[in-house]
Amino acid sequence: MSIAAAQKKGFGAFIWDYLTTVDHKKIAHLYLVGGGFFFLLGGLEAMFIRIQLIKPENDFLSAGLYNEMITMHGTTMIFLAAMPLLIGLMNAIMPLQIGARDVAFPFLNSLGFWLFMFGGILLNCSWFLGGAPDAGWTSYTPLSTQSPGHGVDFYVLGLQISGAGTLMGGINFLVTIVTMRAPGMTYMRMPLFTWTTFVTSVLILFAFPALTVGLFLLMFDRMFGSAFFDVALGGNAVIWQHLFWIFGHPEVYILILPAFGVFSDILSTFSKKRLFGYTAMVFATILIAFLGFMVWAHHMFTVGLGPVANAIFAIATMAIAVPTGIKIFNWLATMWGGSITINSAMLWSLAFIPSFTIGGMTGVMLASAVADYQYHDTYFVVAHFHYVIVGGVVFGILAALHYWWPKLFGKILNEAMGKWAFWLFFIGFHLTFFIQHFLGLMGMPRRYWVFLEDQGLDTGNLVSTIGALLMGLGGLIFVINIIYTAFKGENASGDPWDGRTLEWAIPSPPPFYNFKQTPLVRGLDPLWIEKTEGKGEMTGAEPIGDIHMPDGSILPFIMSIGFFIAGFGFIYQTDQKAWLLAVFAGMGIALLCMLIRSLKDYHGYHITKEELEREAD
Amino acid sequence: MSHDHSLNPETMPQEPEKATLEGKNKFLGLWFFLGGETVLFASLFGTYLALRNSTANGPTAQDLFGLELVFIMTMLLLTSSLTSVYAMYHMKNNDFKKMQLWLGITAFLGIGFLACEIYEFYHYIHEYEFTFRSSAFGSAFYTLVGFHGGHVAFGLSWLIAIMVRNAKRGLNLYNAPKYYTFSLYWHFIDVVWVFIFTVVYLMGKVG
Amino acid sequence: MPDNTNTNSFQKQKNKDEMKKQLISFALMIGFTIIAFAIVAAEVMDKMFAVPLLLVLAVVQVAFQFYYFMHMKDRGHEFPAMMIYGGVWAAVLTIAALVAIVWW
Repeated sequence: MSIAAAQKKGFGAFIWDYLTTVDHKKIAHLYLVGGGFFFLLGGLEAMFIRIQLIKPENDFLSAGLYNEMITMHGTTMIFLAAMPLLIGLMNAIMPLQIGARDVAFPFLNSLGFWLFMFGGILLNCSWFLGGAPDAGWTSYTPLSTQSPGHGVDFYVLGLQISGAGTLMGGINFLVTIVTMRAPGMTYMRMPLFTWTTFVTSVLILFAFPALTVGLFLLMFDRMFGSAFFDVALGGNAVIWQHLFWIFGHPEVYILILPAFGVFSDILSTFSKKRLFGYTAMVFATILIAFLGFMVWAHHMFTVGLGPVANAIFAIATMAIAVPTGIKIFNWLATMWGGSITINSAMLWSLAFIPSFTIGGMTGVMLASAVADYQYHDTYFVVAHFHYVIVGGVVFGILAALHYWWPKLFGKILNEAMGKWAFWLFFIGFHLTFFIQHFLGLMGMPRRYWVFLEDQGLDTGNLVSTIGALLMGLGGLIFVINIIYTAFKGENASGDPWDGRTLEWAIPSPPPFYNFKQTPLVRGLDPLWIEKTEGKGEMTGAEPIGDIHMPDGSILPFIMSIGFFIAGFGFIYQTDQKAWLLAVFAGMGIALLCMLIRSLKDYHGYHITKEELEREAD
Repeated sequence: MSHDHSLNPETMPQEPEKATLEGKNKFLGLWFFLGGETVLFASLFGTYLALRNSTANGPTAQDLFGLELVFIMTMLLLTSSLTSVYAMYHMKNNDFKKMQLWLGITAFLGIGFLACEIYEFYHYIHEYEFTFRSSAFGSAFYTLVGFHGGHVAFGLSWLIAIMVRNAKRGLNLYNAPKYYTFSLYWHFIDVVWVFIFTVVYLMGKVG
Repeated sequence: MPDNTNTNSFQKQKNKDEMKKQLISFALMIGFTIIAFAIVAAEVMDKMFAVPLLLVLAVVQVAFQFYYFMHMKDRGHEFPAMMIYGGVWAAVLTIAALVAIVWW
């Protein structure tokens, strides 16, 4: 368990280390690898969609396969790419930013990752087992209850398993921030990324249970003959839409708020100024989260909820533009008069502001319930949400990766390739999606497999596909950059960007115990305060002493395999009752792991003071 | 620093469940989880309320529900909530034996509740042919009440596991948070039941 | 931690007083439950009046459960209270939507 034993090991030991790790930084690596893999997969699916739409009445994909493609593209990008990548970043950075040695529940952290991973794998197994889900990422009933084959079953079980993992992650982050902040790190001194992590976790906590229930109801209808959505037996299909969007709308804030935090940190670091309007930024974040819970029915304006409901939800939706506007102006004011460095991380952040603002503006247009009858289910909506999700979340993730890569892996990403990737992706992004606003206004419906020629849609779709290819190229260069950096990248110092917050006060990559001494925080941007006062490093809040570390465990991995097996059992027991054995076996494995976890004492171990001092030499 | 967190009445902190960082974390973590559970049950209640009249010509709430059994179940669960309060009282006074005794009574009452529920479901299925599949109302009813029953069953297994595990070890700062978080969970189950007997049974009977 | 132990009779007495309060709240909860069942069993009340009354009785009873049995009234429960109220807020919205704006 000593530090010396952690070095020099073979490949098997390396794998075993990652399977059993409860270290938040290693779990972050796992999230980034897992999320990155699914991001590439989702990107590939996007390419297939755009190639199919490159010309009128194309036959590159069959209609059924196209449905599977759009469903899996949306589901993968939201649940298996964007969210895990963000949770990975939170895992890696948030504990460092508050001066903690780990998260509150290291075991749950690991379990959360493995559940996500096996949920994602289960979902994608559907490609090889008779077809992927094909009812859209929203899986509206009764389409999803009628969808033949097992596709939607994989959707239900895959998301259920990975959703449970996300919920655990949310609770874990909340408790970490409440109980484990370093001395002096008051709430109003936390960096914005930590704040957005906190608020996002609250949203996860309150939004995911609605999805859990929705998925259970769908599962019961599809697999056990219940009648929630079966109109013949008195069921009601609108319930699914409500439950899905009660989860689904907070979900988009779950995605965008961490990105807001990333941009706040990056813009202030590279403008060499403290964040303008810190307090307003915090309250705007909270307000967005609060309002974000009361607007879900704007996805359902055309369902027929009645004019009163539509009006309420329209106004609530428009109100969200206010706190978001506050944020945009604060970012601009942060840069105003600053000493600005422009590098890849900053380019993504700068590009985010206008791109996201366009998405926000079309959002207000869509919020108008009457106008929405025209926009609904057209490419206008597709353009809108790609502007906010790609222009906000994906730009945010890429900015964060460039910014924190040195802290995560100890190497600096190549700047030249970073800029190439940025410009290709940025231009490609606007080519792809800007024109889709007009395609939508001209009446092109979303999710259609083909369009007819000479209806004014040919050029627009061609431009859009060219843009998508440029985005793909940009993404490819980013991947090459990662590989290049891994082998030839420049080693990073602990503080390569002249940073302001606590994560830059320790070496890159950080030692597994993070802080040798818990730092004493004396204000907002704690490291910057020490720098301006000529000290340049943090003062310890405690003498160097023994550090308590949690034990690693293989149980989360085995438990997740248990749920994975049970998932298959649930899916196939409709064909053959013998598959119920898989349900019992899988659940048995998972419950047994829980029991072991509950009964065995995990006291952790200590790194002694002597070891820490030897390390310093 | 030592692995032995055993306590004697002389060194017992006032709130053993929150005396360590792990304990504090578990305490908050479980509370936050209950916040999420609130939404989970709200979704189930909402679904039930939306579908409670969708009986598809099958039995209705008025046909099915009898008040006697539900009253007994309610008393069992409410009392088990009080007995777990007693157990926590003895935990604070560091009287491990009495704590285990009261938790044993809690488990006993919980099992009684679960037995009544199983009987109730059996009764509906065999006397009224009212099943999970017979109508949207049936699906919603069994799902809501069944989810609650599942929580009771999970809570019971949890309780029995920690009681057996710690029977010979006594109370310490490592297991005190486990007992305390269990008691919170158990109270929450009771909270949900209060709404179930009100919204499902009593309001169902009123019509 | 000499001042943090409950060897002193003060702490013991405090625990006892707390237990007394919890017993009283239990008695009240049982009382509310019996009233609720009685209202329905006796069929004396109009539906328009009985349903809100039943709900109020349930909410009060649950408040006792949270504040006394689960100690939400005590110090150090600010975050638990915040999260429970957050959950209740989301719960109210969810139920309101599923009751009021699900057409049939």
